Amino acid sequence: MTCDSCTAKEATVFLHQSVNGQVHKVNLCEECAQEKGVTNPTGFALTDLFEGIGSEQKSETPQNSMDEVCQTCGFTQTDFKKTGRLGCSDCFEIFGAGLEGLLKAMHKGTRHVGKVPARASEEKAREDQLSDLKVALESAVTEERYEDAASIRDQIQQLAKTAE
Amino acid sequence: MKFAALLKRSADWMAVTGQHGDIVMTSRVRLARNIEGIPFPGWAKKDDRVAILEQVRNRIKELPQMEDDAFAEELNKLAPIRKQVLVERHLISREQAAKGAGSAAIISPSQTLSIMINEEDHLRLQSIQPGLNLNKAYDLVDRVDTELEKSLHYAFDNHYGYLTACPTNLGTGMRASSMLHLPGLVLGDQINQVIQAVNKIGLAVRGLYGEGTEALANLFQVSNQHTLGEREGEIIARLEKVILQIINHERNARQKLGESKPEKLMDHVGRAYATLCFSHIIESKEALNHLSMLRLGTDMGLFPKERAALIDSLLMGIQPAHMQIKAKGKLAAEERDTLRAEILRGQLKCLPEPDTLLSGNDDSQPDSESESDDNTFDSPSESIDDE
Repeated sequence: MTCDSCTAKEATVFLHQSVNGQVHKVNLCEECAQEKGVTNPTGFALTDLFEGIGSEQKSETPQNSMDEVCQTCGFTQTDFKKTGRLGCSDCFEIFGAGLEGLLKAMHKGTRHVGKVPARASEEKAREDQLSDLKVALESAVTEERYEDAASIRDQIQQLAKTAE
Repeated sequence: MKFAALLKRSADWMAVTGQHGDIVMTSRVRLARNIEGIPFPGWAKKDDRVAILEQVRNRIKELPQMEDDAFAEELNKLAPIRKQVLVERHLISREQAAKGAGSAAIISPSQTLSIMINEEDHLRLQSIQPGLNLNKAYDLVDRVDTELEKSLHYAFDNHYGYLTACPTNLGTGMRASSMLHLPGLVLGDQINQVIQAVNKIGLAVRGLYGEGTEALANLFQVSNQHTLGEREGEIIARLEKVILQIINHERNARQKLGESKPEKLMDHVGRAYATLCFSHIIESKEALNHLSMLRLGTDMGLFPKERAALIDSLLMGIQPAHMQIKAKGKLAAEERDTLRAEILRGQLKCLPEPDTLLSGNDDSQPDSESESDDNTFDSPSESIDDE
């Protein structure tokens, strides 16, 4: 059996992944296994090993300008495909949409329902209040209740100030 | 606390038998947390990692659980052999041991709480408890987390929850697991069925050292797979429920073994006893598997119950790094194997020959009905058979 990656040498490392009954197999030679970090104790992204090898064989995926970049840490979509990890917390804003499918397969749900850090719950409460006030402002203006609108606007400004 | 002190002192969860202690060795809960806006350790440059370390280590030292005399060390300053000992004690992961500058481990004196800085995530908080006690482990790690979040800006998103380097840890960032000793199911050839059934429920079953390792000494780690979309309490409740079912199956398997095939059981235990008491060269894999049989023998009344603690301490003590660290010079593999046999012979002198009187009417047989009292936490030293 030849190595799936270099297709030159004899395969001696066999990887099987079984997810919900679907089985993926990859056969590698010693060198390619070493290269891909299979024997590395720091771990490697098995999933991407499967995806990566498949796409390498197809064609060169060009690093084009369509590749989104995280402004904070410089991580790209390609980096994610290679490592299976993200670069920093801000990456989630950029790559979040693309993750939905992956998360659905990986987890019980795609929305967090558990513990929330105290700081975040304060911020969330403030955010919710702010959006409620904005809606109230719009309706006050539409209904020509300008005095109400003025007081709501003041509340919004006050809230925005405390957020800083 | 210096490393020597940590080594000398058994972890609180090593010395004590917990709830369902004949089957559940330990329970562990790990939380993954990151700091907002700084690259995750795998992507961060050395300077970033060191900055995180500096920012975080002082906050951790201030924790009440870590104040007096915690063990705190940067991993690039720890000798490899010491790191290996920590891995063998499950205080740090193998991944962490491989890390360089900027990574550190802080361990409480009781060794029930350990915090890894810059492993796959900026922070990994872990608590280990003896026996089946996921709630206590979670409780401790939750309190530490709440305390730390007061002075650190965690990376958190309302949609994805706690943000982690790997998407598999998003949301709660929690991995809860218990280490189960399942010789009954292995000998009864039912272990694969159980593992498959557990996988179907969305839980993972792994070997002694976690992901990608084989099952040595009939020890299996059962943990949750999903971390997003469920509350922490729900995940733990579900895990505990399944573990209780596995415990039930194991007890039944053991009972069946004792009743229908006592010779098979006594043969395994007898051979294990003989080998360990008289070998002069023995590899860790073989030794661990034999110790598993002795542990089973103890649980089934073939050895005095008090000896369980000794066997458990040997399971830890004969591992390669634990032994190497006590030796003067560097030991070659065969020298380690000789030393291991020597330790075993010495320690097992106080273990009497196995009782050969194993019949179905024995009082020392585990009662398969008494294990469903799952919500009462007895004092740790009480074994389930004494009820």
